Amino acid sequence: MSGYPPEMRKLIQVVEDTRKERLKAPPPKRLTLAERDALVKVWHPDYKPEFKRAVRIGPCKGMVMYSVMADLLESWPIVKPSEVDLSHVDYDVDVLIIGSGGAGLTAAWWAVKSGVDPSNVLIVTKLRLGDSNTVKYQSGTQAATAPDDSPIIHFLDTLAGAHFTNNPKLVRVLVEEAPFIIKWLEELGVRWSRVGDDVERVSGGGASRPRLHCAGDYTGLEVMRVLKDEVRSMGIPVLEFHPAVELLTEPETGAVSGAVLLNLDTGEYKVVRSKVTIIATGGCGRLHIAGFPTTNHYGATADGLVLAYRVGAGLVDMDTLQYHPTGVAWPEAILGELIPEKTRSVGAQLVNVRGQRFIYELEPRDVVASAEIRECAEGRGVITPTGTCGVWLDTPLIEMIHGPGAVKRELPALYRMFLRHGIDITEEPILTYPTLHYQNGGVMIDEWTHVLRPSGETIKGLLAAGEVAGGIHGKNRLAGNSTADIFVFGKRAGITAAKLVKELHKPRISLNHLEHYMNELRSIGVPETRRAPIILPDYRGETVLKRIIKLTFTY
Amino acid sequence: MTSSSEAHPREYITIYFNGEAYKVPKGLTIMKALEYAGFRFTRGSGCRGGFCGACPVIYRFPGDYKVRVGLACQTAVEDGMFISLIPYVPLVERIPKREELKPEPGYVVKLFPEISRCVSCNSCSKACPQGLKPMDAIQAILRGDLKKAAELTFECIACGLCSLRCPAEIRHHAVFRLVGRVVGVHYISRAKSVETRVREIESGKYNKAFETLLSMPMSEVRKIYEEFMKTGRLPEFLEVK
Repeated sequence: MSGYPPEMRKLIQVVEDTRKERLKAPPPKRLTLAERDALVKVWHPDYKPEFKRAVRIGPCKGMVMYSVMADLLESWPIVKPSEVDLSHVDYDVDVLIIGSGGAGLTAAWWAVKSGVDPSNVLIVTKLRLGDSNTVKYQSGTQAATAPDDSPIIHFLDTLAGAHFTNNPKLVRVLVEEAPFIIKWLEELGVRWSRVGDDVERVSGGGASRPRLHCAGDYTGLEVMRVLKDEVRSMGIPVLEFHPAVELLTEPETGAVSGAVLLNLDTGEYKVVRSKVTIIATGGCGRLHIAGFPTTNHYGATADGLVLAYRVGAGLVDMDTLQYHPTGVAWPEAILGELIPEKTRSVGAQLVNVRGQRFIYELEPRDVVASAEIRECAEGRGVITPTGTCGVWLDTPLIEMIHGPGAVKRELPALYRMFLRHGIDITEEPILTYPTLHYQNGGVMIDEWTHVLRPSGETIKGLLAAGEVAGGIHGKNRLAGNSTADIFVFGKRAGITAAKLVKELHKPRISLNHLEHYMNELRSIGVPETRRAPIILPDYRGETVLKRIIKLTFTY
Repeated sequence: MTSSSEAHPREYITIYFNGEAYKVPKGLTIMKALEYAGFRFTRGSGCRGGFCGACPVIYRFPGDYKVRVGLACQTAVEDGMFISLIPYVPLVERIPKREELKPEPGYVVKLFPEISRCVSCNSCSKACPQGLKPMDAIQAILRGDLKKAAELTFECIACGLCSLRCPAEIRHHAVFRLVGRVVGVHYISRAKSVETRVREIESGKYNKAFETLLSMPMSEVRKIYEEFMKTGRLPEFLEVK
């Protein structure tokens, strides 16, 4: 059986012919920090000026970022302030949580455990409860729980992986609370993979100790199953298919006081008033920045970033994104989907068209991705029948190292995904190329998740946690640190919210903050057709779009 | 990266969605093919990677009675496919709080009495796009083997197709989620290493080292790490024992 066309089959022969020798040979040498820096500066998309420009309006005016992101921030609201009736409040709550991935659900859980009545919390989410990147996470969560490991080493690895660009205060919180998260989730009933009586710990790129805690390669599925159950059993109200399209602010102070939601099914808007709003909207993979496919879920369109920016939030590290080194490059049907880090952790090697290894596979992600891009750019990649390029990830090695059955045991989701397309990864390698995976930067926060203005002053009533927030991972994130992040800072957001609820009175609501923003948009001449948040990507084919008759503005 | 279409001309096939014919490029998933044809999903598209269960799909080929199942985001289109999407399967349930979970097989049957109506027809297993064996899991619960049932359904993505096919009207994924939670909460011992580390951190063991690190310029921290990469050793003030 082979899901590969004959011309690719022929190239696989080279991988097979060199496999035994590669297995015996020592691995490529690990790069020094200076060598890492040099490689990414030449090959990584983050360092390509043609993808970047300075944003022209808003609190971070002048900041250089990916042009797609700047376009998004320089967009008109999708609701006109004059057309929203704010005299009628549909939901009047203490804590509004926007997003129901790992960060949102964790925040909800901790808000309630910290004293907020469940009925005074509202989770709103664009798709279904739990539809997020979290449910897809495979390789695990980093936490320094092993006796020969320490939060100090985790701290240093995290900084080094990001070329020392992180906010070290946030990193300290991350690494010191990550072990607690593993314990907390275990107590809630998450079935972490085990080795005897202990949790299993897997190696991740850029980490000098194995510290990824996983549940097979369905880690996110297992964690979200538990968190969704917890949140629903606690009686926390959830509004599905209701993305937030704008934040509301107090007219005098500019403090955030709720949000305008959109019912995706009916097109009706809803008004929520809240003392505290937590943005947990995740990332931006579905913007397909720099033309890359993505591993992200359908709703990852940077909505929270847009909303926060309009109320004055500062941003950090918006000039970088994470391209996961191992996205699917073939078959086309699953192009850009994730091949988890664990595949390399358990022994699969990256191999070019000549059958040579070209990088130590567990370097930090930006380094490995850069090396793959280099191989393809310099003609050592594999060209597919659709004209894309990739390098091999030699998965049959896994069972040569760990024995028969290892792939199905360690990577059941990956095995299943390829088998559906006629490729048995225990027998044939995978073709891989970097894929847009993660927003390293984002909204500026402090250690307790308060959203900050560029001046460092907090925006009252607004918290942010998870991928939407920046600073924790600097300009490049290590594997397994994103899920440590969502739970650690999700928890802090919930606790902070509960504290703020006690201090705050019911706020007044307005869309006044948009006035200034819209004046700025007008001054730089942004066409009124450019609107954000975009809510969902549009994948309709060109032939159809050319002939579309628009009846109404709907999703 | 995407490629130019001129150098690599596409082959087209015909699929039928809700009975209508659409010409779509070969090699796409059902989800991408329908989007190409002009559909825009709000329901029935979630993670797009085979993990969330938002996009179960059933399809048939002309001249073949067999109903096939899959996930729209994972199944490649084939010529002549008649497709229907099932974005929502109603499974109404009461979700017990963790404190209420009881490590007894009888407890699961009490919450989901319909599982005792299972006639072992195996329709559920035939309908599983993950290739799991829900029927074996239901039987394991009835035998009192919750651990086995939890193991068999660990990779359940809760798409609900099995429940649609079940003559006993079992709410499978709700049952399996409950079983998974009972096992996770009650049948697995806590990892001691994790508890030890949490206690160490809570006792403030690393505070001094962190405070020193945070007071240093990044260039110094970088030097420490370079040395650590070379020798595998940290300076003494960071070696917290």
